[in-house]
Amino acid sequence: MATWTWFHRLASPPHVYRISGAFLPWLALFTALFIGYGFYGGLVLAPPDYQQKDAFRIIYVHAPSAWLSMLAYVTVAVAAAVGLIWRMKVAHAVAASAAPIGASFTFLALLTGSLWGKPMWGTWWTWDARLTSELILLFLYLGYLALRGAFDDRARADQASAVLAIVGVVNIPIIHFSVVWWNSLHQGSTVMKLARPSMPGSMLWPLLSSLLGFTLLFAALLCVRLRAEIIDRERTASWLRPIVGAA
Amino acid sequence: MTPRRKRLLLVGGILVGVATATTVATFAFRENLSYFYNPTQVTDGAVPRGRSFRVGGLVTKGSLHREPGKLEVRFVVTDLNRDVTVQYAGVLPDLFREGQGIIAHGKLDPSGVFVADEVLAKHDEKYMPPEVAQSLKHKPNAEGGGT
Repeated sequence: MATWTWFHRLASPPHVYRISGAFLPWLALFTALFIGYGFYGGLVLAPPDYQQKDAFRIIYVHAPSAWLSMLAYVTVAVAAAVGLIWRMKVAHAVAASAAPIGASFTFLALLTGSLWGKPMWGTWWTWDARLTSELILLFLYLGYLALRGAFDDRARADQASAVLAIVGVVNIPIIHFSVVWWNSLHQGSTVMKLARPSMPGSMLWPLLSSLLGFTLLFAALLCVRLRAEIIDRERTASWLRPIVGAA
Repeated sequence: MTPRRKRLLLVGGILVGVATATTVATFAFRENLSYFYNPTQVTDGAVPRGRSFRVGGLVTKGSLHREPGKLEVRFVVTDLNRDVTVQYAGVLPDLFREGQGIIAHGKLDPSGVFVADEVLAKHDEKYMPPEVAQSLKHKPNAEGGGT
């Protein structure tokens, strides 16, 4: 089955190490371009909101962080499932590399939301369905990382944490649809819905650019961390010797 | 069955099981997962008696009444079907204004007035520049205006 060759080649650590290294500079370049335009367009060019004035501009950091918190989790869960089912060590390395990045974005989403919530809603924090499910996501990440750290044997750590990652993925649709399914304080989606975005182009284009830029940033950080993770896992392998020197 | 197929089914089974359990649980706790009740539920008596709860809706235009020299305010919250009068003594959030969505936390007093100890502003998902909001105000039938 020739169509699956690309997939089978992804099981090879040297191959993944090489292609992630080749992607990295391009990812970094486009990350800078898209986040650069997103932030400049959002913080400088876009008009203030008619009700929130300049405070709405936190959306250019908050919405991409929240999006990445979910995308990174799905990445962890899918990689963990592939690692479990196909016994692919590189997939476990991807899951292990993506989790701390996702946890950081989750923290950033909660922090920026809280900073915005105080002046706009009148509270830093409240137990609304969206806020609570996002906090659960942070705990899932932390639990995943703690579980991974609790094993000395890497293969067992991979397997146990993979099950946790897969179970936790049910939280992702809950986060996204929490504002639709239940009455909540958090507003509904502005962009991520089937209807037209509830925002004019002057505000929307920088936001879309920022969303794409954050996604590329995640991919770039994932490449950096994955390469380090592969070196750590393969430190005795002969293919690494010319790369890391005679250590 | 190959071992790989077995593992695939196992992972799929875990996912289906957890998803089913979560769906059942969230349906069972549906009432508790909602952040607030709307005024229709309040007037129909579908709210907890003698306990604090939250009521959410739009502040009726022209209903805001302030006691001179005091923090105390009274306003009417509506879901465009039923109304509830809210009484509150405290600082209102920046986004609080007539026609805007709010969520109040407190208790119903015997006369049917909702005595709030916290009032939060609920923002909607619409964003627009001030000029656009201004011009929408002059065209009452235009879509996208208000909340």
